[in-house]
Amino acid sequence: MNTAVDGLGVEKVHVWRGDRHVLKGVSFSLRPRQLLHISGPNGTGKTTLLRVVCGLLRPEQGQVSWLGQSISRVRSEYQAALAYASHEPALKGDLTALENLRFAVGLKRRVTGADLRASLERTGVGACADLPARVLSAGQRRRVAMARVLAMSAPLWLLDEPFTNLDASGADLTAALLQSHVERGGSALVVAHHDLKIDVDMRRLDLGP
Amino acid sequence: MSVGTLEAFSLIVRRELCLSFRRPDQLLQPLVFFLIVTTLFPLGLSLQLSLLRDMSPGVLWVAALLSSLLSLDSLFKSDADDGTLEQLALCGQGLTVIVVAKTFAHWLVTGAALVLVSPVVATALGIPGSAFSTMMLSLVLGTLTLSWLGAIGAGLTVGLKRGNVLLSLIVLPLAMPLLIFGAGATDRAISGVSPVGALYFLAALCVFTSTLAPFAATVALRITLE
Repeated sequence: MNTAVDGLGVEKVHVWRGDRHVLKGVSFSLRPRQLLHISGPNGTGKTTLLRVVCGLLRPEQGQVSWLGQSISRVRSEYQAALAYASHEPALKGDLTALENLRFAVGLKRRVTGADLRASLERTGVGACADLPARVLSAGQRRRVAMARVLAMSAPLWLLDEPFTNLDASGADLTAALLQSHVERGGSALVVAHHDLKIDVDMRRLDLGP
Repeated sequence: MSVGTLEAFSLIVRRELCLSFRRPDQLLQPLVFFLIVTTLFPLGLSLQLSLLRDMSPGVLWVAALLSSLLSLDSLFKSDADDGTLEQLALCGQGLTVIVVAKTFAHWLVTGAALVLVSPVVATALGIPGSAFSTMMLSLVLGTLTLSWLGAIGAGLTVGLKRGNVLLSLIVLPLAMPLLIFGAGATDRAISGVSPVGALYFLAALCVFTSTLAPFAATVALRITLE
């Protein structure tokens, strides 16, 4: 059994994309205070796996469970407990960074503008809070997306390529945020190409052929 | 700490309105289309007021349907393109709330706006003032129904590159009863006959679609999200 009762369990997940067998029976479990680093060459289904774990994509076989129950059964509790950052920053160009956060995080939990500004400060884009997202650079947008993950204060982080477009200090910052999140009892699933320099209980899942 | 359904609904409506008002060109496009089409008709036809008056309900309704249809394509598309739809789908509120809120907000900036300018257009087309209330009521019911139908179509076509042609093909046949009964009600009101029969039918369609279409649109959207 791979079902982790106190965390996330993924059991023998198979996904086909047309004729292509993308995920061939992937299994893992993730408990609090753990980080799983998913790596592998392009096109091996890292993003697909993350979408399956989120519940955006239903696997043809296998199941994903949260606290011992299938995520389709505890959908709203599960969604409240996760913060997902896709490989695109998912920001509305016409809204300011702060409004983007307010409308995304406000649907998950009650937040004040001060909370949201604080999380933007923590990712180093506090000065951009009132700028429309379309004028921000790719790296700044990535930081705003990371601020959204922070502001959701969810126990489970699912991050798809969180280091893309970031400069060295941004990458260090994201690693530090991940570290403190896991140390404070959270868990994280991170899709990344390079090695992560994070000093926590970290395992690696290589989706290579 | 969790957010109630009504609160989430109002937050999404505010988000959609905020986005619409940041893009005035997109906001005004259906309205301008409506005004242009209805202004061109009297110019193209003969100048007999009686002829124009006979045709005006049909002209008004065709223009209203087409201009509503024009903006339906963008209902879920821009959110799907920039990835915010995924964020919305994972917000813990259930996709149905999001679909209902987005469609309602969309109706506010297209359908409701159209209803508000319709008296101006009606005056230009020679529709007497006594028929305005019936015309506006039928347009409220009709555009709202069309928005619900459109939500299903937009949900189905959101993953396609050029989905708007397919969207029209899906939605327009379903919208034919609206055209027939909407224009019928207005026509009856102009000629002084009671329009309640046609209005009841429109109201029934509106209730039918607003109760069932959200679920159909949710399923359609979930399929395309996968």
